[in-house]
Amino acid sequence: MVHFTAEEKAAITNLWGKVNIEEIGGEALGRLLVVYPWTQRFFDTFGNLSSASAIMGNPKVKAHGKKVLTSFGDAVKNIDNLKGAFAKLSELHCDKLHVDPENFRLLGNVIVIIMASHFGKEFTPEVQAAWQKLVVGVATALAHKYH
Amino acid sequence: MSLTKAERTIITSMWGKISTQADCIGTETLERLFASYPQTKTYFPHFDLHPGSAQLRAHGSKVAAALGDAVKNIDNISGALSKLSELHAYILRVDPVNFKLLSHCLLVTVASYFPAEFTAEAHEAWDKFLSVVSSVLTEKYR
Repeated sequence: MVHFTAEEKAAITNLWGKVNIEEIGGEALGRLLVVYPWTQRFFDTFGNLSSASAIMGNPKVKAHGKKVLTSFGDAVKNIDNLKGAFAKLSELHCDKLHVDPENFRLLGNVIVIIMASHFGKEFTPEVQAAWQKLVVGVATALAHKYH
Repeated sequence: MSLTKAERTIITSMWGKISTQADCIGTETLERLFASYPQTKTYFPHFDLHPGSAQLRAHGSKVAAALGDAVKNIDNISGALSKLSELHAYILRVDPVNFKLLSHCLLVTVASYFPAEFTAEAHEAWDKFLSVVSSVLTEKYR
C-alpha cells in the first residue's frame, strides 16, 4: 500500500486547495483525448471530437472532466486509504465502463502536466514527485477491483 | 508513427522557445526524473546527483542538445541520432521503459516554463515527437 510522508501530503493538499476543479478537470480530460486520440473510444456519445479545438471546447468533455477531477478530490481527502475510497468506482470502471487501467495512468500523467502548466515554478520536482505518487496510487486503486 | 507537417511546424516553433533556456530545461528535466522516479538514478552511480551539481548540468545540456539535433533534422531523426542510438543499444543499455519517464518529465518542465505556448496541440505534437525519438534510440536494442 502506498504511504505518503507528511511533506508529500502537505505538497498535495497545499496545491489542491488552489485548483479550479472545473477548469483543470475539463483541460485534463480534453488533453487526454487530444494527445491520445484512441482514448476517444469511450466517448462516442460526446459529439464533436474532430479537432483539438473541438475537443477542448466541447461542453460534454468539460462537464465530464469536472466530474472526474471532483472524484480525484476524494483521493486527496482519503489519501491513506485510496483502495477503500475507490472500491466502488473500480468496480464501475471494470464491470460497466470496461476501461483498460492503462488509461488511468495516462490521465494521471496528463493531470500532472496541467498542474505544472498552471503552477509553474511552484510545481517543483519535489511537489511533482508527491503528485506522481498520488496519481499512481489513484490509478492502482481504480484497477484494484478488476477481475 | 510519423510526424505530420502540422506537427513538425509546431515542434520546430516550440523548440524556438525551448532553445532559449535549453540547458536549464534539460537539467530540470533530469532533476524531475530522479525525484519522481528514483530507480532511474541507478544509471548514474558515478554522478553527483544533487540539484545544481556540475555533472547534472552538463548532462542536462547534453540531453537538450541531442533533442535540438532531432528537431533540426526532423525529417530524418533516425539519421541524426544514429550514433546516439548505437550508444544506447550497445553501451548504455538503458531499459526502454525509462524513455517514457524522461519524456514525461520533459513535458512537465516545458509546461511549467511555457504554459501559454504549451497548448493541447503542442502537447500532442511534443508527446509524439518524444515517442519517435525514444523509438529511434531503442531501435538497435535487438
